[in-house]
Amino acid sequence: MRQNNSVTQEHTRRSKAKADGENAFKVRLSIRTALGDNAYAWDTNEEYLFKAMVAFSMRKVPNRETTEISHVLVCNVTQRVSFWFVVTDPLKNHTLPAVEVQTAIRMNRNRINGAFFLNDQTLEFLKIPSTLAPPTDPSVPIWIIIFGVIFCIVIVAVMLLILSGIRQRRRMSKGPTEVDDSEDKCENTITIENGIPCDPLDTKGGHINDAFMTEDERLTPL
Amino acid sequence: MEKARPLWANPLQFVFACISYAVGLGNVWRFPYLCQMYGGGSFLVPYFVMLVVEGMPLLYLELAVGQRMRQGSIGAWRTISPYLGGVGLASVVVSFFLSTYYNIINAWAFWYLFHSFQDPLPWSVCPLNGNRTGYDEECEKASSTQYFWYRKTLNISPSIQDSGGVQWEQALCLLLAWLVVYLCILRGTESTGKVVYFTALLPYCVLIIYLVRGLTLHGATNGLAYMFTPKLEQLANPKAWINAATQIFFSLGLGFGSLIAFASYNQPSTNCQQHAIIVSLINSSTSIFASIVTFSIYGFKATFNYESCLNKVILLLTNSFDLEDGFLTTSNLEQVKGYLASAFPGKYSEVLPQIRNCSLESELATAVQGTGLSFIVYTEAIKNMAASQLWSVLYFFMLLMLGIGSMLGNTAAILTPLTDSKVISSHLPKEAISGLVCLVNCVIGLVFTMEAGNYWFDIFNDYAATLPLLLIVLVEIVAVCYVFGLRRFESDLQAMTGRTLNWYWKAMWAGVSPLLIISLFVFYLSDYILTGTLQYQAWDASQGQLVTKDYPLYALAIIGLLVASSTMCIPLVALGTFIVRRLKRGDTPPVA
Repeated sequence: MRQNNSVTQEHTRRSKAKADGENAFKVRLSIRTALGDNAYAWDTNEEYLFKAMVAFSMRKVPNRETTEISHVLVCNVTQRVSFWFVVTDPLKNHTLPAVEVQTAIRMNRNRINGAFFLNDQTLEFLKIPSTLAPPTDPSVPIWIIIFGVIFCIVIVAVMLLILSGIRQRRRMSKGPTEVDDSEDKCENTITIENGIPCDPLDTKGGHINDAFMTEDERLTPL
Repeated sequence: MEKARPLWANPLQFVFACISYAVGLGNVWRFPYLCQMYGGGSFLVPYFVMLVVEGMPLLYLELAVGQRMRQGSIGAWRTISPYLGGVGLASVVVSFFLSTYYNIINAWAFWYLFHSFQDPLPWSVCPLNGNRTGYDEECEKASSTQYFWYRKTLNISPSIQDSGGVQWEQALCLLLAWLVVYLCILRGTESTGKVVYFTALLPYCVLIIYLVRGLTLHGATNGLAYMFTPKLEQLANPKAWINAATQIFFSLGLGFGSLIAFASYNQPSTNCQQHAIIVSLINSSTSIFASIVTFSIYGFKATFNYESCLNKVILLLTNSFDLEDGFLTTSNLEQVKGYLASAFPGKYSEVLPQIRNCSLESELATAVQGTGLSFIVYTEAIKNMAASQLWSVLYFFMLLMLGIGSMLGNTAAILTPLTDSKVISSHLPKEAISGLVCLVNCVIGLVFTMEAGNYWFDIFNDYAATLPLLLIVLVEIVAVCYVFGLRRFESDLQAMTGRTLNWYWKAMWAGVSPLLIISLFVFYLSDYILTGTLQYQAWDASQGQLVTKDYPLYALAIIGLLVASSTMCIPLVALGTFIVRRLKRGDTPPVA
């Protein structure tokens, strides 16, 4: 008799898992995607761990500290691996509202993920959106720091060049005796004599004027 | 004693300056697109033909003119014929427009470079929405790289009419870009000559590193095979030939006056024929080299997207039919789909609309050019590489070098005539002249930092330099061959360099090249006239994609003004000179 009772109790509880669709959640695990060759097989022991984690999450909610593992029902396990679960309250013989379960799971998501070596994408609770981690926002955006550094370097370089240019000009205008300075710089420029550029001739070093014939060539050869 | 003209310290600086100017962003983001559109490997045929028939002769002509006349573009053309000073002036106007809008690309490159020092890269993840349960809507509809480009960088408005305000971040980057350019041109050839070593060589270093990385990426061979498979039927397509000619023409930077300016700082005995051949060959080989890199990256990106698409389909089927995790793989996907369709027809037909047809071909066929290639497609590929910060920094640094190298040429084209003019250079030192030019350009360039700035950028990019340049170069060739006289030019060149002019150059200058340019000009004009109203691509934030819109009337007016302001210089100056001469002749009494 007692056995029959427990079987019918189990049966009614199981039917609650299907019937109370709105308080039940579908869970999907992608163990092979996450762990590859280290993937473990999903068996009843893993299910037990799952129920324990859900019960643990519920116990963190005020007024639900007495949730037991047996209050969590799991059914419709497929090969995927996916299944439905629901949390019951045997005292009042109904399933806990979805909102409570949702909040409890969201707050302990990391612990649940960690127990199974999975993450938010590989252990999915459909209808429970995960809180996405906000991107780290440093107080001063990094790009402004780098911009500032390069900006200062360029400004300093521009100032240096302008100042050295002004100094050079002052030196050149101050002394025609300082011609040696400009001579060094002018070794590549054309020297103009009598308005005729000597450049097509030889400008390297001294001022050899190739227009003048050398001694030997002055006399026509015999 | 005349003030000596500054010279390049050695001929290598001149070659590097020309390479650094000619090898620019167009080699990286336009040539690969053309190659893909017009037959892959077979596009190289029209490309090389045009290089030999059009590129080399025109480049040699400009270098020779600059070296012979030893003045900037305005002075050089005025020396050839007093009526042709307008050609030089038109070049300066076009260069002015170009430098105004070109530097905003450097500003964008700086922006991306500065943002590359973060982990994760800001364009690899979408920002979260208000209640942190999902991603921002616009980012979901588009992709994270598109979102970062259109929203975070440009903050683009829905149409050209909504100008919005100046984006201060972009304005700061633009200011920095102009400061860097000013730093490089500050001292004239003295400073430019040293900078061009870096701007010419560093991009090649980065390209080689990228080549090695690109070829070792998973899926790179798909991209390369797709690109280089010749589609010989494209050889019969006239558009392929026209685009090859246009690409050679604009890639070498002819007609802006920059090459004339650079060559004017040469020793007169420099062998500019050799330099012309070297520079044009290097320019074209760089284009091909860059497209090998680009296509291996394309292949990687396409393969990555194709595999993600397949994985999404697999996940969808696994979840809908509760199949065992890991059972569905890419190899048995088709079989299983067939089995599911027959075993569970009802459920399968429900899921069917969500199953996307993943195709590697269609991923590869998405051809992109211009800023979209660099700032959207490349960044998408980079974010999936290992050590993505490093690759991102390298890539945008290379873009910066290419962009600044071209800017040096653009500003030289404007500055050389200004510093040549006795009026201006006697009142202001050359540092002040460069500073003023940079300041004016920077202030005008703030237009491109507004929310609608990218639309104005497209206008300038498409219309400011295309048609006027063709006209300018046509007038240049005609002027040298028929006004100055080809024989006179030939003897001048011989006296200057000591080498005789090959018959090939004479044939090209006198006959083939002008005809080619006239046909290009006619093609462009007819293209504009046939398309009727001009349209542009606007970003629609609600859909997360580009939509086509018509230009408003005032934008069309500005386009017309852009084209007219440079082309009208030629006839107006000629007319003005003619009138002034007539008046002078009328004043002086005729000699008995």
